[in-house]
Amino acid sequence: MIGIVDYGMGNLHSVSKALERLNVPYVLSGDREELAKCAGLILPGVGAFADAMKILNERRLTPWLKRWVADEKPLLGICLGMQLLFEESEEHGHTAGLSLLPGQAVRFRGKTRAGRRYKVPHMGWNKLNYTQPEHPLVRDTERGHVYFVHSYVVEATTSEVVIATAEYDGDVPAIVGRNHVFGTQFHPEKSSHLGMQLLRNYVTYVQERQASDQ
Amino acid sequence: MLTKRLIPCLDVKDGRVVKGVQFVDLRDAGDPVELAAFYDEQSADELVFLDISASHEGRKTMVDVVREVAGTLAIPFTVGGGINSVDDMRVILRAGADKVSLNTAAVLRPALIREGANFFGSQCIVVAIDAKWDEGLSSWRVYTHGGRKPTEWEVTDWVKEAVGQGAGEILLTSMDQDGAKTGFDIALTRAVNSVVTVPVIASGGAGKREDFADVFLQADADAALAASVFHYKETSVAEVKETLREKGVNVR
Repeated sequence: MIGIVDYGMGNLHSVSKALERLNVPYVLSGDREELAKCAGLILPGVGAFADAMKILNERRLTPWLKRWVADEKPLLGICLGMQLLFEESEEHGHTAGLSLLPGQAVRFRGKTRAGRRYKVPHMGWNKLNYTQPEHPLVRDTERGHVYFVHSYVVEATTSEVVIATAEYDGDVPAIVGRNHVFGTQFHPEKSSHLGMQLLRNYVTYVQERQASDQ
Repeated sequence: MLTKRLIPCLDVKDGRVVKGVQFVDLRDAGDPVELAAFYDEQSADELVFLDISASHEGRKTMVDVVREVAGTLAIPFTVGGGINSVDDMRVILRAGADKVSLNTAAVLRPALIREGANFFGSQCIVVAIDAKWDEGLSSWRVYTHGGRKPTEWEVTDWVKEAVGQGAGEILLTSMDQDGAKTGFDIALTRAVNSVVTVPVIASGGAGKREDFADVFLQADADAALAASVFHYKETSVAEVKETLREKGVNVR
């Protein structure tokens, strides 16, 4: 069972529909007891970093998620949900994140070093480059495009946590992860066949892990 | 590198696609779900559904359509038409649409853009603009009510206002080119693109494959939207992408 963390921020409907298409049982809940029964979690998110952290803190999901990860259970953050995994965001001053991965979210500058203006948000289909092609999340997938919508970009402190990138005024971390904490900056649930393959890989990872625990 | 997007637009009335795809062997060419899946297979990058229902019941049916489309489609889609309030936006977004597009309601009350952006994030809020060349203005004038009512807005002024209010994307339709099938309005698209930093979708005038290349190469549009040229098999999404690739435009 996959648990989709419902904390009022994000396109939960499309994530749950994607799991239905994959025939994966899931629960959609903000209740910690419900979520605790799951083998792996998905943390979706659309909107502002500060708003999301405020809600996670109010609902005491912040310490609970840290504990979940400390107990070595799998977690996948999507879009804003991925940025929340890092230490902080410069959105609205500075806001502390879940600090499960090293790095921070900063706004796209909107101008290249050469002074050329570019569009923010980074919106649309961009190509993935795998920096860790053997990682379980990207294994056996076609190389292709996925759908991004974001105005902030993660600067990871170490390239060890970057599994795939996309080029947009530099290398944008597109898939990140360490141990059993993962994130995708793009929306796999909106990324056609490749997106579904990547979600399927996460689910398989969760299931294999669960099987080996038993 | 970010690719240029191709976006087929489907008009929906009382839950049925009108002016639907005429050429494919579909069981039901008026079924929005089946058409959406067809365009997804053709490698369309996004879809736009425009609700042209005149009645309250028709608009309620649209919510069911959105829910059903969201259940099957694995690419993003935008819903426009008849969205007048934050509540309208909420209903459509909750049903599973990725973005809503505002047109007349935003011109009548620009703060609606701000309210939507605050509630749902700018990335969900598309402002659709119908613009027509105006000799007196020596520029393009913005129209509302499906192009029937002229406003006081000059197009670049309105675009700046809309983006300032929090619009995350601009869907720009040239009324001069719409239906003419002689190509997108390059000058209009360029004018709008030069004053904003959010993505601009060019719309109106697509007649052949090369038209898409022109609007990407000459006006640097982020996306191009078309309806009849795809629906009536004058060309297909796949064919347009092939032409774009040949001309050096980066596509998915």
